[in-house]
Amino acid sequence: MEVDFSGDVMTLNMGPQHPSTHGVLRLELKTDGEIVAEAIPHIGYLHRCFEKHVENVDYPGVIPYTDRMDYCAAMNMELGYVLTVEKLMGIQVNNRVRCIRIIMAELDRIASHLIAAGTYGNDIGSFTPFLWCFRDRETILDLFEETCGARLLYNYNWIGGLMFDFKPGFEKKVIEFIDYFEPQVDNLNRILSDNFIFVKRTATVGIMSPEVAINYGVTGPNLRGSGVKFDVRKDEPYLGYQDIDFEVAVGKGEHGPIGSCWDRYMVRIREVKESCKIIRQTVAQLTPGDVRESIPKRVKPPAGEVYMRTECPRGELGYYIVSDGGLKPYRLKVKSPCFTVMSAFQEVSRGSMIADVVAILGSFDIVLGEIDR
Amino acid sequence: MESIAQLLRLIPKYDKLPGMAQAIIPVLVSCIVIFALLALAVLFLVWMERKVSAHIQDRLGPMYVGGWHGWAQTIADALKLLLKEDIVPAATDKLLFKMAPFIVFLGAFAAFVVVPFGASSFVTDLNIGVLYIVAVGSLSVIGIIMAGWASNNKYSLYGGMRAAAQIISYEIPSAIAIMTVIIPVGSLSMVDIVNAQKGGIQHWFLFRNPFIFLAFIVYFVASLAEVNRTPFDIPEAESELVAGYHTEYSGMRFAFFFLAEYANMFLVASVATTLFLGGWTQVLPSSIAHQFIPGPILFFLKALLLIFIQMWLRWSLPRLRVDQLMYLSWKVLLPISLVLVLGVGWLAVYW
Repeated sequence: MEVDFSGDVMTLNMGPQHPSTHGVLRLELKTDGEIVAEAIPHIGYLHRCFEKHVENVDYPGVIPYTDRMDYCAAMNMELGYVLTVEKLMGIQVNNRVRCIRIIMAELDRIASHLIAAGTYGNDIGSFTPFLWCFRDRETILDLFEETCGARLLYNYNWIGGLMFDFKPGFEKKVIEFIDYFEPQVDNLNRILSDNFIFVKRTATVGIMSPEVAINYGVTGPNLRGSGVKFDVRKDEPYLGYQDIDFEVAVGKGEHGPIGSCWDRYMVRIREVKESCKIIRQTVAQLTPGDVRESIPKRVKPPAGEVYMRTECPRGELGYYIVSDGGLKPYRLKVKSPCFTVMSAFQEVSRGSMIADVVAILGSFDIVLGEIDR
Repeated sequence: MESIAQLLRLIPKYDKLPGMAQAIIPVLVSCIVIFALLALAVLFLVWMERKVSAHIQDRLGPMYVGGWHGWAQTIADALKLLLKEDIVPAATDKLLFKMAPFIVFLGAFAAFVVVPFGASSFVTDLNIGVLYIVAVGSLSVIGIIMAGWASNNKYSLYGGMRAAAQIISYEIPSAIAIMTVIIPVGSLSMVDIVNAQKGGIQHWFLFRNPFIFLAFIVYFVASLAEVNRTPFDIPEAESELVAGYHTEYSGMRFAFFFLAEYANMFLVASVATTLFLGGWTQVLPSSIAHQFIPGPILFFLKALLLIFIQMWLRWSLPRLRVDQLMYLSWKVLLPISLVLVLGVGWLAVYW
């Protein structure tokens, strides 16, 4: 949409402290009445020098740092890093470790998408789904706490294995939770996803065409919401995902053009149901074993470089490690999916209204810890 | 008010006061009584909102303060707000900033003098009662614009302007929906309207006439927008504008805005009860059941039902965007209400 700048352009700051910027993000909005001519994101308020810090700790010590990047999906962050180091060192883990890693990663995906859905409803003005989502997420966090002692930042996936094994009876609790949870998703759809007002607010807003998404390098639910069927778990499988039967949820544009906020949001809800399927199949594949048997005494990878990508709830997470053969990484670079989607934000939000800027930002589901590192 | 005047005459030496004083004092006492009732009602409504919202969200709400389910929570919160520091930001327009909450409250409070709570429980029976309520209800718009402007804050200005546009737009379908009730009654007096619905639930305007049933729905939706409740709470959209036009207010001034919002809710529910649900008249006709619930209690229960529905909607529905809100008012509710008035008029003439 062509916007004429000759009107009364007011610069409005949706500052770093704001109820709906999902963290410390500063949006500089140039508005002409209610229409936004430009929405320029300013990041860096949560930069904690992650990539410099990790050059001074040994490889296992990096894992808590990776937790704190995307704190809403810490299991997946750890998983990406651990798989990268194992690829560099050539470590193979046994079946029990593999299955437990998948179960934890998928549970974390559900928890992360529940945050996304709940806070998105909050931004649009519907306060109740937020609490319903968090109520269900509490059970997941209790499961995590039972296994590794922490609710949000786990330090659970270790290089070559895991910190602790499942407690006895844990698989039953996971299946009980999944049985309880799948009908709750239909509840959520009734109150939020299929709500007439919610659809009107989101289904014609924030259209990101597949070309724009691919050109900016957007991945994950944001890309799949635009109709592009790309999921790292299917296209470059790791941890045995190729043997698990699940669908890749793609936005179909039922209520408006493809690539709208509603499509991106709905992809997350559908992914939650797919994660439930994956968890059921993986629990059936669990075999007894020792989760610590492949953990090396000292992690000293050979000199070289490696890049490994995994599908975290927000997109394609990539870790690039340069090793000089020592005990500490020489260079660790993270490819953060939220960073790439923020780069597309300015183009997608041009010409929308202020309320739509909030809707678009919520549909991207960003976590500033991951963008700023 | 007559009963208050009679009560006052019992005070010794009251008859010796000059005539002017004898005319004014009953009025003042009535206003104080109405204010006290309103304050009590708002106290209860705030507690009810917290409980209703909590149970819809699968949690408990206030449980400790005062013992049984935290009934004294609102009193504790009001005391806390009273004790807060009165912050008036330096660059604001001080007079307007301080006057705004009172004018917003005035818009809700002044309309209560014509609402009949019982057969003789009203302050005055104006023969233009309905017109008076619609007119006085618009006073709050001035207060909101004052609050938005005087706060010297871009967000508040946005919120104030949006609120003014919203309230003014929705007054029209609301007033036209009220007109559909006036046509069968033939009088603007609230007491006459209630008396026309005596005799039981089949005489309520809501069930007498299909057009008036739809007019009730139009009025209910329009009144939700008048009181800035979700789905029409754009002016207070916390997730976009922090708190809209009352961002800069703290302590007792904020409490006044809060009080005004709940008083407004109670007002529109009372008006809807009077016009559509039969006011203080009984539900079952006297031939079937013994009339043992007093009129004012029944009135309050009916208003409470409507308020409960308002709260239910607030906690289940998302928020409409400003342009969708305006579209709803001008292109949906206004034409529907005009058609309903035509329908009621046709029925009145040919039946």
